[in-house]
Amino acid sequence: MRVGFFVTCLVDLMRPSIGFAAIKLLEAGGAQVIIPATQTCCGQPGYNSGDRRGAIALATKLIGEFEGCDYLVAPSGSCTGMIKTHYADLFRDDPAMLRRADALGAKTWELTDFLVNVVKLESVPGKFVGTVTYHDSCAGLREMGVKQQPRTLLAKMPGLTLKEMTECETCCGFGGTFSIKYGEISSRLADNKCEFVAQSKADAVALGDLGCMLNIEGRLRRRGDMTIRVLHVAELLAGDAP
Amino acid sequence: MQIASMHFKERAHDNMGNAQLQGNLHKIKGKFVAKRRESLVELDDFEATREAARAIRQRALDRLDVWLEIFEKNATARGATVLWAETPDEVNQHVLDIAKRHGVRKTIKSKSMVSEESALDRAIEASGGQVVETDLGEYILQINDYEPPSHIIGPALHKSKEEVSDLFAKVHGTARKTGIAELCLEARGVLRTHYLTAGMGISGGNFFVAETGSVVVVTNEGNATLTTTLPKVHVAISGIEKIVPTLEDVATLMRLLPRSATGQSISNYVDILTGVKGKGEFNGAEHMYFILVDAGRSGVLAGELKEALRCIRCGACMNHCPVYQNVGGHSYGWVYPGPIGSILTPAYIGIENALDLPQASTLCNQCGVVCPVKIPLPDLLRKLREQQFERHLRPWYERAGLRAWSWLASRPALYALATRIGVRALKWMGGRERLIHRLPLGGGWTDARDMPSPAGKTFRELAGERQKNRGER
Repeated sequence: MRVGFFVTCLVDLMRPSIGFAAIKLLEAGGAQVIIPATQTCCGQPGYNSGDRRGAIALATKLIGEFEGCDYLVAPSGSCTGMIKTHYADLFRDDPAMLRRADALGAKTWELTDFLVNVVKLESVPGKFVGTVTYHDSCAGLREMGVKQQPRTLLAKMPGLTLKEMTECETCCGFGGTFSIKYGEISSRLADNKCEFVAQSKADAVALGDLGCMLNIEGRLRRRGDMTIRVLHVAELLAGDAP
Repeated sequence: MQIASMHFKERAHDNMGNAQLQGNLHKIKGKFVAKRRESLVELDDFEATREAARAIRQRALDRLDVWLEIFEKNATARGATVLWAETPDEVNQHVLDIAKRHGVRKTIKSKSMVSEESALDRAIEASGGQVVETDLGEYILQINDYEPPSHIIGPALHKSKEEVSDLFAKVHGTARKTGIAELCLEARGVLRTHYLTAGMGISGGNFFVAETGSVVVVTNEGNATLTTTLPKVHVAISGIEKIVPTLEDVATLMRLLPRSATGQSISNYVDILTGVKGKGEFNGAEHMYFILVDAGRSGVLAGELKEALRCIRCGACMNHCPVYQNVGGHSYGWVYPGPIGSILTPAYIGIENALDLPQASTLCNQCGVVCPVKIPLPDLLRKLREQQFERHLRPWYERAGLRAWSWLASRPALYALATRIGVRALKWMGGRERLIHRLPLGGGWTDARDMPSPAGKTFRELAGERQKNRGER
């Protein structure tokens, strides 16, 4: 099983440890992990901001890099959602590219979804003692159907107790460039989320998308909360939590 | 209605700082969201019903011209008059002409958002007529010097009970009431006299039924029943897109409309009004007019935002929108707020008059999953963003930034070099705390948030190093 690993630009630049944690999990599931060296960005920033041409250029590049693999897996619901649910729209007027986009979309998986439903991981290497609350990121939940998968995997960690927060499915306010263009609104949404995280009294908040992580951690720290840890679910599961 | 959509950011800022409003918004959010969820459990198959509703609305739009002609024929056969309005001004002109024809001095009105588009009440008053809103929310706004509505089904939802108490005491000159029931009774007392003395009643229309030539009006207060049947003249105003082929279709849509809107299995009143009062009938208007309004809709029908016209105005998208929940309906600056408003406003009044609205969404798609007619709201917002980008209706630096990003990310070697430098610089900025407190050009982020700093090397660098080490071993 040749799994093309798309690390995503945010993980690549901001928190590479998530990438290595994801690889560890994929290898634990028996996958042969391939990392196309020229990978950069899936094109989502341009697509969501109206720059269709820029998005098409990056999508074309990514399809070429990954279509030779049996699967594409990424530690992000947002980027896999882009590939699986939006590439078809980018190539709606280009039948040849549309076929290639659809073919890649059909074998594109969000990490936890892949671990649960394709490799059917029995046990996970991570150890964590404490309570964790889970934030469902929007694209993972509403584009990729990721809800139970991370919880199923976290349940395999004996010392970990999952404590759901209020409104775990409400957007944290990140929204890509929205977070800069409408910083005040974005921060307010993040603040609401931090309030729910704090109310849950969990030791850590786990999630599956780095954009939400940066947003939630950034607001928590500015609020003066230096203790609640903000972890990618892959880091927790692999035992690589910083 | 006056357009203030260009001031979205400032208004959102003010509204987020308004503690009273924030409290009111918080209350309605909990109510609407939970009630809708509970009421949907009653449906055997929500998704199948939703798909049926989508198909009904789409079928109507796909041959809208034909259905409109069938409606006109059937409504006319029942003695009603069908009038067409291409612009908001024509709506007002039709209404003033009808009032003049029938010698109407006082007009009562049940809720019509379309009439907000043309500021009909002001036009009636300017012509020397009197108009009284009978929907409680609309009435509250009217006596508060025509405050704009903040929600399409609860126009005064932004107001607390206490604010309404103060307003009634001031305007009615009565002792200040505090209970909701008392306040409603007071409003009812005032409105009852108007029902009995008005010469014309104006209503909106949730659906126009092509096969029967009827208008369907959905309310909870019963005010539309009185408005449409007591006065001699009834005028129903709504957009041309509100047509549905059959009464059977209405039945399906009504399974979803009240549930999506207020979480009710059925609204307290559903009026289906067909034709003028016949011989031997006790109820109904003697003269019935339909004003079917285009005002930008036919343009939308022909374009890539067409699906937005499926909207049945339940308000679920705004009730569930995290941005709306925090900034309130007034921030959007025109008739329709929230996600659907962010599409309809630029579509109807021009994107150049509402530059922020397509952008003011995280595209979280909560609106898309609750929409009872499956309007892909985030996709439509993206289409508007594309139009803005193509027409250079975004700041030059944003455009340059996006272009630079795709240019750089298309060149892996250069990208590798640039990101190596970038992540090292950001790591240095984060210091030992590993938090960046101030980002140059990123004030939108760092005004109220820190930015966790990166590790200092990219994943690709580290992966390359690992591979090399493995090779050497």
